[in-house]
Amino acid sequence: MKKAISVTVNGVVHHQDVEPRLLLVHLLRDVLNLTGTHIGCETSICGACTVIIDGQAVKSCTILAVQADGASVTTIEGLGTEANLHPVQEGFWEHHGLQCGYCTPGMIMAGAQLLDRISSPTADQIRHGLEGNLCRCTGYQNIVEAIQYAASKAK
Amino acid sequence: MIPRSFEYSAPGTLDEAVALLQKLGSDAKILSGGQSLIPMMKLRLASPPHIVDINRIPGLDYITEKDGFLRIGALVRESDLERSELVRSRFPILVDTTSVIADPLVRNQATVCGNLAHGDPANDHPATMLALGAIVVAVGPRGERDVPVENFFPALFTTALEADEILREIKIPIPPPSTGGAYLKLERKVGDYATAGVAVQITLNNSGACTAAAGIGLTNVGFTPIKAVKAEAFVKGKQLDQAAVKQASEIAAGESHPVDDIRGPADYKRDLVRVLTARAIVRALERVKGGV
Amino acid sequence: MAEKYVGQRVKRTEDPRLIQGLGHYVDDIKLADMLHVAFLRSMYAHARITSIDTSEALHAPGVVAVYTGQDVSSKIGQVPCGAALPDLKVPDHRVLATDKVYFVGHPIAAVVATDRYAARDAIDLIIVDYEELPAVIDVEGAASNSTVIHEHFGDNIAYKLTAGEGDIEAALASADHVVKQRLVHQRLAPIAMEPRGVLARYLPGEKELTLWSSTQIPHLMRTQVAIMLGIPENKLRVIAPEVGGGFGSKLNVYAEEALLGWIAMQLARPVKWIETRRENIQATIHGRGQVGYIEIGCKNDGTITGLRYNVFADMGAYHQLLTPAIPTLTGLMLSGCYKIPAIQMNTTAVFTNKMATDAYRGAGRPEATHVIERAMDMVAAKLKMDPVEVRRRNFPTPEEFPFKTATGLFYDSGNYVGALDKALEMADYSKLRKDQAAARKDGKIIGVGVSTYVEICAIGPSAATPAGGWESATVRVEPTGKVTVLTGASPHGQGQETSFAQIAADALGVDLNDIAVVHGDTAIVQYGIGTFGSRATAVGGTALVLALEELTKKATRFAAHLLEAEPESLQFEDGKFSTDGKSVSIQEVALAAHLARNIPADMDPGLSATRFFEPKNFTFPFGTHIVVSEIDRDTGDVKLTKYVAVDDCGKVINPMLVEGQIHGGIVQSIGQALYEELVYDDQGQLVTGTLMDYAVPKAAMIPWLELDRTETPSPVNPLGVKGVGEAGTIGATPAIVNSIVDALSPFGITHLDMPLRPELLWKIVNNAG
Repeated sequence: MKKAISVTVNGVVHHQDVEPRLLLVHLLRDVLNLTGTHIGCETSICGACTVIIDGQAVKSCTILAVQADGASVTTIEGLGTEANLHPVQEGFWEHHGLQCGYCTPGMIMAGAQLLDRISSPTADQIRHGLEGNLCRCTGYQNIVEAIQYAASKAK
Repeated sequence: MIPRSFEYSAPGTLDEAVALLQKLGSDAKILSGGQSLIPMMKLRLASPPHIVDINRIPGLDYITEKDGFLRIGALVRESDLERSELVRSRFPILVDTTSVIADPLVRNQATVCGNLAHGDPANDHPATMLALGAIVVAVGPRGERDVPVENFFPALFTTALEADEILREIKIPIPPPSTGGAYLKLERKVGDYATAGVAVQITLNNSGACTAAAGIGLTNVGFTPIKAVKAEAFVKGKQLDQAAVKQASEIAAGESHPVDDIRGPADYKRDLVRVLTARAIVRALERVKGGV
Repeated sequence: MAEKYVGQRVKRTEDPRLIQGLGHYVDDIKLADMLHVAFLRSMYAHARITSIDTSEALHAPGVVAVYTGQDVSSKIGQVPCGAALPDLKVPDHRVLATDKVYFVGHPIAAVVATDRYAARDAIDLIIVDYEELPAVIDVEGAASNSTVIHEHFGDNIAYKLTAGEGDIEAALASADHVVKQRLVHQRLAPIAMEPRGVLARYLPGEKELTLWSSTQIPHLMRTQVAIMLGIPENKLRVIAPEVGGGFGSKLNVYAEEALLGWIAMQLARPVKWIETRRENIQATIHGRGQVGYIEIGCKNDGTITGLRYNVFADMGAYHQLLTPAIPTLTGLMLSGCYKIPAIQMNTTAVFTNKMATDAYRGAGRPEATHVIERAMDMVAAKLKMDPVEVRRRNFPTPEEFPFKTATGLFYDSGNYVGALDKALEMADYSKLRKDQAAARKDGKIIGVGVSTYVEICAIGPSAATPAGGWESATVRVEPTGKVTVLTGASPHGQGQETSFAQIAADALGVDLNDIAVVHGDTAIVQYGIGTFGSRATAVGGTALVLALEELTKKATRFAAHLLEAEPESLQFEDGKFSTDGKSVSIQEVALAAHLARNIPADMDPGLSATRFFEPKNFTFPFGTHIVVSEIDRDTGDVKLTKYVAVDDCGKVINPMLVEGQIHGGIVQSIGQALYEELVYDDQGQLVTGTLMDYAVPKAAMIPWLELDRTETPSPVNPLGVKGVGEAGTIGATPAIVNSIVDALSPFGITHLDMPLRPELLWKIVNNAG
């Protein structure tokens, strides 16, 4: 039986009737057409689906849409705009922190949360802070530099 | 990737949740963090007909010290534990444990109590709770009951919870002074399940010369989390010099029952138990002395 | 031409859309009325299918159609194998299994439903009766296994091939020592972060089929799928939208591409299939998979006399596009950086009940480099010489280039000593050895490993490639002066939208942001070969350079006409043609060329040029990697404490992009050396079927990589570019393994196979088991 939910995504309230089994990532991508959040696995390893719910960065593929009823979700589309990029987005651009771009939205969301919690992380703290995000293209080094750049920028 | 269909309820109180469990019996499964349950459902390894989501129940996200216990409520997230000042200052072993569970994103959602309720010997908190002598508080139609954690894991993927009970809280006895603990885990890749993990809590006697009490728990080297009772008994009353630590670690290794799998052969895992037990004892002793 | 952009660390023009999540990968594209496809795949490695019952699935909610092999086997052609080798056995592999399945993941049925959840549910309702057969898993035993996978072939041998030149018997006989070693290259999964996906739309009126596919080769795939479906190639459009990584795994033509196209034609509704990660690990091509035996002969002074490599190459259960060709690339590069007078490779390629292997970043060359670099270290150990010294003894000098190898190649240019010396200096090699000796006295287990590699890329002369090795480019200046570049290359993270714009901007003197680089759409871009084999810049960039030259010549003639001067008298600088105090910009020229009121009588209007570049040779990037590793005595855990890489990819268009490619390649090598392995059990079940068990490296598992470059231009193309996309995966694994073997040499270890798991090292150090 479907459930009626209200989810605020990037500041916009959405009312939807959803199957309880609908994954949050599918709500975002297939129902709300916010396709910036990506799917890279089904075992909660890759982190390409990372979004922020009520201030916590989580893997949206491992959350049911019904769990987000009443919550406020930020996806990559809500993080910044071209005119006003989030420092982490800027850092990724400056430091070539992306190649194919598929892991990037999730990586940026995780990076943004990391800087919320540790404002001047060491390289080691950044690497551990990204344990939930896989990248196959960059080898991570430029991602670390991107987040360090963002940390210094945000001051 | 896609779970089978299920019915869904999100009760607003524990009583409602318990009533649902009573009504639905084994058809129901509790959803707290969902970080173990939902992946299993997506792979269709588990397809519970009815999910009872307890995340709407207020007042379950406490970490408090009360009546001689550290009490962790059912909806405390791993990241809450990691960042709690109370836990960081008084129970660094819990910080050790939580910080090696999965990854920071999973930890924002996964609950400590869920890690116990899942009954997976690969989960990390059970070993630590065994070492701490923790008590599980279960609530059901028959009221509340305490289950010492050493009785909580009778078999693989099985806990002492009845089908109509919810794990409401885990309570950890506040240890006496001169206590220190540590959890060490070796994993094949960062964020993985343990190849082996060892939790140790040591309480020294008043003079600090020898061990008054010890708790040692082992992760993922058996069908259930293992309380290394022989190693615990061995160190009791002894001075923990190098020889004693060595012997204790060998005894603990002997109490493990690892199997060969993708994370390594059994003999390797058993030896890791020995190595990690020795290192965890040393670390625990450092913390007794006020180290970090 | 002024070099304002080329050679600079220009920020990527791709990035703004990607960092905002506004790119469009296949699954991001939605069409009205779209249906979703899910596959039922074999759970057995080898079985006969005795019956398939789809009736319940057909009646499930939301299901529109269910197709099995019976429905399509006579309607869709074979999945193509493009490799041609003498006596090659090519199984007739169809898009869906019919009477037999031969690997876990083999697609059996396709369900089409109104949404992905309904499609997934219906899969569970299909009933298949299997008659299980023994699985052929062991690679060395496959050739003589009494279970034959493709029965009409009589055995499991796909081909046998001997390659190489020189008298190997004499070479080994004349050696003072012959070192022998068995060496295994384990199977790997490429794991691009975006799994594969296809969206197909058929317009019945126009009879036009469009396929959006996460592919590296849109044009080649279009040709092949048109053949498979029996439809006119000029009525099939293939679009590679944003592609989330490939690493060779999307350099292919897959069953799902043709089948989705066919289904769209049957139903006249768009259909989409997106791979799950489990499907990706089961049924997207695998990499490596060789079990080989090395024999290397050397003199007492370290000179190599000859190398023989006898190898069993694991094809998998059938051939994808280049499956049989990959080991031949190994054969080409067995000489490494060395003068080896005689080389022989004897390949027995076998079928096994596993997914097909094919090109995975490096494609046969990592295997070659690993073989020769391990062999050089084993020679050094045998002769008690420093491994660096042995290498030096056998390098050709820069004057000996183009350098002919006993594998039939002419290396274009190389300065192996230069890269080596630079790396040794960066790493302070002699200090590393001193520190190692001191650390060993303290009971630490520390190793230093070196690899000096050369690789073959910028694929390549068409005579040596199955479908042509050239590349194409069109450059247009639009009436408003904006520049459009159409490249046949098909980037999926490499950054050519930026680097090609850099080249064009410098050539035409226009602003970088006025250039659009378009790729991936066969309706827009002239035929191209695609991106793989580190070829996009070396071959595609050269096509661009040629097109720019031709365009500039035309523009010069127009400008001369407008300025009433001789073309030879014009200067072209910063986008302006000038002579004698008069000038006209290229933008003005473009407008004039389109308005065509005042153009030379013998010239066509418009301002564009299309060129196709056929390279005369491959290119040969090279370098030196140095790794220091430390092993925890008690747990066998390895830490890479230092990583130095000096890579020479010739001239560099954008150093930032080059570094990124090397970082990524090295990290994939770290994965191969320490963590990754696809494991099939005796029944052919894929034990490492998810990312829980297949250990792709995470950020916290990687050391800091210190990079530098030398720059030895390639004479093969006017850019002087060699290519860099695969170098990291080629040079790194032997450096890592050499360092760990070095660390364990006090324990009597002379060789170890990857992945170097902690329990393996623990066993050695603790003398256990």
